[in-house]
Amino acid sequence: MRREIRLPFDPGTISSLEAYDRVLLSGTVLVGRDQVHQRLSRLLQDGKDLPVPLQGETMYYMGPSATPDSMVIGSCGPTTSARMDRFVPALMEAGLVATIGKGPRSPQVIEAIRRHGGLYLIAFGGCGALYATKVVSQHILAFGELGPEALVRLEIRDFPVIVGIDSRGNSVFA
Amino acid sequence: MMDHHQKDGLAGAVREALLHAVTHLEPSLMARLDWMYRETMSATEALGPDDGKKDRYEASLEVLAMIRENLAIADATGLPMCQDTGMVVAFVEMGPDVQLSMQEIGEALDSGIALAVRDGFFRNSVVLDPVFDRENTRTNLPAVVHWFPKNSGGLTIRMMLKGFGSENCSALAMLNPTAGVETVLSTILDMVRNAGGKPCPPIVLGVGLGGTAERALLLSKKALLREVGSVHPDPRYARLEQQLFDSIQGLHIGPGGFGGPLTALAVAVEYEPTHIAGLPVGVSISCWADRTAVVQWGGAQ
Repeated sequence: MRREIRLPFDPGTISSLEAYDRVLLSGTVLVGRDQVHQRLSRLLQDGKDLPVPLQGETMYYMGPSATPDSMVIGSCGPTTSARMDRFVPALMEAGLVATIGKGPRSPQVIEAIRRHGGLYLIAFGGCGALYATKVVSQHILAFGELGPEALVRLEIRDFPVIVGIDSRGNSVFA
Repeated sequence: MMDHHQKDGLAGAVREALLHAVTHLEPSLMARLDWMYRETMSATEALGPDDGKKDRYEASLEVLAMIRENLAIADATGLPMCQDTGMVVAFVEMGPDVQLSMQEIGEALDSGIALAVRDGFFRNSVVLDPVFDRENTRTNLPAVVHWFPKNSGGLTIRMMLKGFGSENCSALAMLNPTAGVETVLSTILDMVRNAGGKPCPPIVLGVGLGGTAERALLLSKKALLREVGSVHPDPRYARLEQQLFDSIQGLHIGPGGFGGPLTALAVAVEYEPTHIAGLPVGVSISCWADRTAVVQWGGAQ
């Protein structure tokens, strides 16, 4: 019932996925939310290098709770994607292929996904404890001073999502 | 010395209540989630193989199944059920038997929150100023505290851990005094429709009617602090709660915004007197992770 997919995405996998497909992701993703998006966008606008290349990457909209000693990460469910909408076209232009978050997206995001052949994946809102058990490792890539809002690299295993917008621009929120 | 003891005890009680709230939902809310899961499953099974609603219902059912799994993991691990451990909103009700001053209660509340944030691995989610530096306080303080007098008994502190995915969907409307119940209903339904999948549905809806603009929004939070599924004592407002509950399901937002058959877990309405020229309508939405806690301190009830 659930399709298992390795990250990073290859183009063939992306085009084979359709809205509502249930997927288990394994591999690495970037993690960033409001402040990271603002900073990455400014760097792109100023023509400067990004702390990490976005080519082929998947961005998870998330800011974790504190990490208990015995665990890899604290509670780590998705945040509302809509707040990141205005940054998406530029980041996809820079190579980002997929985003993971919760809730609906703007028509501009749907159009960017269609144009670049990308994906929007929906993680289960509020299920932070569950997602903590799907994270294998994390390390901070940049903006550590932002605390829970830093840019982070996450390795995940069997991380459950549903395809929200597929590469043809079909959306579950239509 | 007596007061120091009391203060520490109160801080400890606040800590305990918040540590429980961040990992567990109230039994009445758990029962509502079970109800929604059963109903959504029956509705999904009743669909024909080619029904256009099948994808939406199945995805909605998946959301409800994940919520159940998540709550079991939070219980087993002690991890917060949601990484947005929110801003603490506290309604402090002071009766005549309270032996602590407002200042002492405020300090005990702050230290209880700080202890829970540390010991429960909450996320630091509070920033000092909203516009410029947005520097994280690293303690989740300050809380948003509202003070009320009470006619009898001791101290009651009602708290919620208010996540901002849902708080960002709050809304206020200043209706005409002649608007009537139909316009009140349609106004609130528009607010819930606009929120759509953003507040992490299924939702609990709090509605505040009357007062002034800020009072209506405060009442909507008071409504969210009522026990889930409790019914307003005034039958007219109880009927309004039921009408809202039924109409929200008709919006087909569904769990996760996927368009399932059910969206609202509960609706609570609170009202107060208002001005002859107005009808304020305040709405607060809680995600399914509607984390509340009550601390009773001193006096009977």
